[in-house]
Amino acid sequence: MVSKMSSKMVGSNNLANARRMVQQLRVEASIERIKVSKASADLMRYCGENAKYDPLLMGIPASENPFKDKKPCTIL
Amino acid sequence: RDACAEPHQLSKGETIHTLKTESETLKAKLEEERAKLHDVELHQVAEKIEALGQFVMKTRRTLKGHGNKVLCMDWCRDKRRIVSSSQDGKVIVWDAYTTNKEHAVTMPCTWVMACAYAPSGCAVACGGLDNKCSVYPLSLDKNENLAAKKKSVAMHTNYLSSCSFTNSDMQILTSSGDGTCALWDVESGQLLQSFHGHSADVLSLNLAPSETGNTFVSGGCDKKANVWDMRSGQNVQSFETHESDINCVKYYPSGDAFATGSDDATCRLYDLRADREVAIYSKESIIFGASSVDFSLSGRLLFAGYNDYTINVWDVLKGTRVAILFGHENRVSTVRVSPDGTAFCSGSWDSTLRIWA
Repeated sequence: MVSKMSSKMVGSNNLANARRMVQQLRVEASIERIKVSKASADLMRYCGENAKYDPLLMGIPASENPFKDKKPCTIL
Repeated sequence: RDACAEPHQLSKGETIHTLKTESETLKAKLEEERAKLHDVELHQVAEKIEALGQFVMKTRRTLKGHGNKVLCMDWCRDKRRIVSSSQDGKVIVWDAYTTNKEHAVTMPCTWVMACAYAPSGCAVACGGLDNKCSVYPLSLDKNENLAAKKKSVAMHTNYLSSCSFTNSDMQILTSSGDGTCALWDVESGQLLQSFHGHSADVLSLNLAPSETGNTFVSGGCDKKANVWDMRSGQNVQSFETHESDINCVKYYPSGDAFATGSDDATCRLYDLRADREVAIYSKESIIFGASSVDFSLSGRLLFAGYNDYTINVWDVLKGTRVAILFGHENRVSTVRVSPDGTAFCSGSWDSTLRIWA
């Protein structure tokens, strides 16, 4: 099993790293956010609108699914 | 303050100590801002919708041919071809309808951890312990030696963990054990952009659905999931709630959220506009890591492959498990839904791939 070869960034310059972290956090802190209730409603609406186009969710008949085997044909 | 200023010079009053204090203050502010908007849980809002019925999903095809652990797979846009890669260095292209092998390449390295189909269907990309990502054009001539036309595109300083073409055959995005992600021009092999921010191996990446713009998400051994702007290289959002390595990241089909699978035995959903984790998919009985996740077409179902050889199917909105699929005889390493959503494919350390529908 391959071990996840960790490559910790060599902290050669702690001051530069600290500055980078502050800069990064400023970027992240400044974004606009919405409420979880609104985000949830949007996720649910997307599911609802697209459910009918979702074959794994709705289940589609064997005749329409290339992976489901059709009933064998009988040669008369 | 300019973060690019000469590192050894201090701005007036600035010390490591003041910067660390500012870091802590910003982190606390982030948490506070996120908490203010945490007015409800996703599964609570989802209580009003109907529960899903019984799911019957079976193995419809088994693809046998790899001699060793299957590590990765990808679907072709034609919805029937698949590329897969394994520990023994083999990369195989299959017709999933017939289970026939159409192409096979032996890589010069073992542990080919990443493979991807080009959007045109005319090439595949792969790499692993060779630290590279190479592109092989697929020939119509079965006798042609694919290895002869191989093109080395990406070079990392540690293993390649994941690769993905962007919207065309011209660019490839890679992630690596060296802690970075990178965007490359396929034709010239030129590095177009690099993405720094993870503090350990990056294990997975996924491009946002094309309608939502130029971003991608990555996850790694630092337990973080980072969202990146592809043009600027900027890390725009970061999420750190997992308790162990994140093995896989996948966007929700609308592009507004993404799911993760982790060694902490949970999968989680993060909403990008709420900027927080909004669901955890876990059970006390699930104690092995989740290696790979993918959504069904509508985003309602999440398929997750685990190190306990099973695939769990989750109701994304309600947070409940709706099915558990048995069949593989070793760890499930990769799970991907087909482009038209009619089936999903799983790859395993048992050296097989299975198509489920």
